[in-house]
Amino acid sequence: MLRDLDFRLTGGGFYFLTGPSGAGKTSLLRLLYLAQRPTRGRIRLFDEELTEAPRDSLPYFRRRIGVVFQDFRLLRHLSAFDNIALPLRIAGVGESEIDGSVREMLDWVGLGDRASARPATLSGGEQQRVAIARAVINRPELLVADEPTGNVDSDMAKRLMHLFSSLNQLGTTVVVATHDIGLISATPGAQLIRLENGTMVDPTGSLRNPPGAASPRRGQR
Amino acid sequence: MTGLLIVPAADRRLLGVPPLSGPTPWVIAIMSFSILIIAAAGLALANTAGLFARSVEARYSIEVPGASARLPQLLKLVQSSPDVTNADAVPEQAMRDTLRRWLGPLADSRDLPVPALINFDLRPGAGAARLTRQIQSIEPAAVVQAHRDTVGPMLKSLRALQWIALSLVLLLAGAASAAIVLAARAALDTHRSTIEILHGIGATDRQITSLFQRKIAIDALAGSIAGATAGGLVLAVLAAGSAFLGQMTGGATLGWSDIVLLMILPFALTALATIVARSAVLARLGRSA
Repeated sequence: MLRDLDFRLTGGGFYFLTGPSGAGKTSLLRLLYLAQRPTRGRIRLFDEELTEAPRDSLPYFRRRIGVVFQDFRLLRHLSAFDNIALPLRIAGVGESEIDGSVREMLDWVGLGDRASARPATLSGGEQQRVAIARAVINRPELLVADEPTGNVDSDMAKRLMHLFSSLNQLGTTVVVATHDIGLISATPGAQLIRLENGTMVDPTGSLRNPPGAASPRRGQR
Repeated sequence: MTGLLIVPAADRRLLGVPPLSGPTPWVIAIMSFSILIIAAAGLALANTAGLFARSVEARYSIEVPGASARLPQLLKLVQSSPDVTNADAVPEQAMRDTLRRWLGPLADSRDLPVPALINFDLRPGAGAARLTRQIQSIEPAAVVQAHRDTVGPMLKSLRALQWIALSLVLLLAGAASAAIVLAARAALDTHRSTIEILHGIGATDRQITSLFQRKIAIDALAGSIAGATAGGLVLAVLAAGSAFLGQMTGGATLGWSDIVLLMILPFALTALATIVARSAVLARLGRSA
């Protein structure tokens, strides 16, 4: 259970969310990608107060967020191509535009030759890359990843973090929950958010009042 | 409905379940078959009741117990009345012929008293009271009887059967709706993880609902057409025995308007199933996060 959280994420920032198991990392991520609402407090995202926002309006905010789950959450009856194309189809993008974008994304994650493969025939690392491609295909403003390197080897982990850094340089705010200290230290400029027992460790106050915060994002539960 | 059924191939793949799978088409087929047969029976009963009612509306009988010497005088009186359009005395032999169906050779026995009988039709709007008084002044024992009073209880029964048929059709439509609600909820439970993923990447409730609605609409359309086709074949077989049925129902059959109505039924059932499925799915999704 989360409590006493008060923080702002700077637009275009790169954040690592750490803490022991059960600290509330996944709960905080679920609040960030609007999978659940806080029982108390407020959430402000994309300059909109979303705590009491009508349910019908949330999908349009979710389309601006990319999510990478630890267990990938691919649709197993769809090909890699169709899984990656999902966010575009949901957003109503035309099929001709989808084809080019998805093939470009497949090449970007090194799966250009596995477009028609079903998730069950892909390795863990390949599935993770499909999940990442799906999360970033519509150039989200916020990318949230829950232990994205938990199922891949160290080489693949470095490649994935390189993908995230590339996106971040294009302006996407990235929040990655991880236990991997090596990953954090290998990402210069990233800021650390540490959770313990459902609350945030912020001794300097830099998360509550980040310098030059252009797009405040606030979570409280 | 065309826009509902024809969707891009990519959308068709989303649920990962081909249409016409599972029990829904079979349930709808059985409902459609039953509804068609019951509706046809109800319409035939309505036609029969109408036919009977029209044929006896203005028809009366004069019955004189035993052979009456005043029968020709009575017939002349009735035939000369301006309120009567048609009058005939029923020959005794014809009555004995009718009785023979039930009594056999006993019907020809002279010991069996056969009443003298005159049938006549009144002009629309004319009353029988004055004519009855004139008849009874000639033959006090004569009884004037309106046919509609005789067949009234039967007509009432036929109309009650019509209402029962309509109630059964509505009951079956309700049962079909309940089956669709259960099928929709089961489908939502089966595809819960898919729905969570679609919601997570920004699908609206309406987008998700359209996937389930389309599958159930196709299942319902196929099932109801199959059921109605089977029902139509049964009705056609029954129609082949129309000579027998005609005797029973006074020749009442299904008219073209009835057949058109019966042909609309499977599509009405499909529309009902689609609307019910949409409501059930939207209601269930609205309760999720």
